[in-house]
Amino acid sequence: MLTSPGEVITSAMEFMRGHGTFVEDGSVVASLSGTIERVNKLVSVRALQTRYHGEVGDLVVGRITEVQAARWKVDVNSHQDAILRLSSVNLPGGVQRRKLESDELEMRKFFEEGDLLVAEVQPMHGDGVLSLHTRSLKYGKLRNGQLISVSPVLIRRRSTHFCTLPCGVDLILGMNGYIWIAKHVAENEREGEEGFDAEAVYSNKNDDIDLETRAAISRVSNLISIFARHSVPLTDTILAKAYDWAVQQELSPKDLLRTETGDNMVEMVTALA
Amino acid sequence: MSRFEPLNAGNLRSDGRRPLELRSFSAELTTHPSADGSASVSHGLTQVTACVYGPREAKNRAQTMHDRALVNIEVEVAPWAGEVRRQRTKGDRRTAEFAASVKATFEPVIQTTLYPRSEIDIHIHVLQLDGGLLQAGINATTLALVDAGIPMLDYVSSLSAGLYHTTAMLDLTNLEESDLPSVTVAVLPRSGKVTLVSMETRLHVDRFEEMFKLAMEGGKVLRGEMDKVVRERTKVLARQMEGGAAQDEDRMETDDL
Repeated sequence: MLTSPGEVITSAMEFMRGHGTFVEDGSVVASLSGTIERVNKLVSVRALQTRYHGEVGDLVVGRITEVQAARWKVDVNSHQDAILRLSSVNLPGGVQRRKLESDELEMRKFFEEGDLLVAEVQPMHGDGVLSLHTRSLKYGKLRNGQLISVSPVLIRRRSTHFCTLPCGVDLILGMNGYIWIAKHVAENEREGEEGFDAEAVYSNKNDDIDLETRAAISRVSNLISIFARHSVPLTDTILAKAYDWAVQQELSPKDLLRTETGDNMVEMVTALA
Repeated sequence: MSRFEPLNAGNLRSDGRRPLELRSFSAELTTHPSADGSASVSHGLTQVTACVYGPREAKNRAQTMHDRALVNIEVEVAPWAGEVRRQRTKGDRRTAEFAASVKATFEPVIQTTLYPRSEIDIHIHVLQLDGGLLQAGINATTLALVDAGIPMLDYVSSLSAGLYHTTAMLDLTNLEESDLPSVTVAVLPRSGKVTLVSMETRLHVDRFEEMFKLAMEGGKVLRGEMDKVVRERTKVLARQMEGGAAQDEDRMETDDL
């Protein structure tokens, strides 16, 4: 069921208004163009193209925009920058310890403006500002890869947003539409398992990435942008299929950028699925 | 013919339209994928593109409001848009006034209270200008806002009306606009509320009501046209999201308004 702004959906006597609606003269009216969703008595409208609305527990990829007193501001494609407190990150020398004044002076050693990170959304403040935490070894600074941003509606909530594609590429599908594509790091080689090596976790230096991996990363990134252009929801299975197709057709990452090739790819892959 | 004749003996206007006939209207959504929402609108030879960025973190700390979003409008008129090539300076007064009118039109319609401390930037580019700048700007902005998924109380549709002797006409061209008294009206079609009435010429008060009502009626018609474009786009997006069929896009391209 589709609707558009200003359209009366139903009577407010029987239903409750949800997101994307408002009540006027006893009826529930849509304020967005999109699909109508109903859960029991709650009616809401979901827009098909919009910025990210944070929810607690979401995994997001973000970029540091500002370093403030004991906190960072992070761009997460939302209507406001999210907050990452100094107390919500893992600090060197043990996973749990008190935050010292010296840590506050060294904040840029952990995250600097422009750094990319993966984090989880925590319960937010009163006025809707998202707050993040990286208090897990899975989260933290990102390196060895490339960021690509798509519309957040293309990323569905799933059990895990960390995927490894068969082509040797790690994928982080942020709920906010930011996707991180990076060189695959084996489980046992990850930093910080034993004793938490802060040097490595907050390092700004990329590992050596061979040509093959670089090609794989750019192929995946081009595939993602094609799917985004066609508004196809992204999952690891569809990307793996598309990757196989691209390799089968002996297409270099560059070839994928041609519009016809992209259209072909979407047609083939979505027909398979 | 020495003098411009807005309405000839056959009751036709200079471009062959009848007094209450609108110019051909066409609109397209998501013309600029890098913006959060964008739309391009043309009324006859007037063509305007609007891009919406946001709601996003406010750049301007001093103007940030703690209870609602700030709406910023920036207008750029291309040098080649009008009849004579003209480079407008940044602080052009007419452009600034136009931006202020658009801002005043949309501030009460966008549900800004949902996005405290943020800002919504709207960039309007005028590519071709043949009268009806304000109406085209407002209609393009409406569609761009819908495209960006920003909650609004209703569409805002706008239309200009003019008067020749005692005959009211709708959707004026540049030629007519410079010769006749005119008024531009922006309405919320569902409730019939009016968010903008702009008049730069003198007009007899007895004639105002008729013109005003006609412009409102015309606005409601335009709303239907805009809604068609929006629905078509939403339908395509929804279908693609469900399973993704590449053929849909082809259909949209051939499906002319």
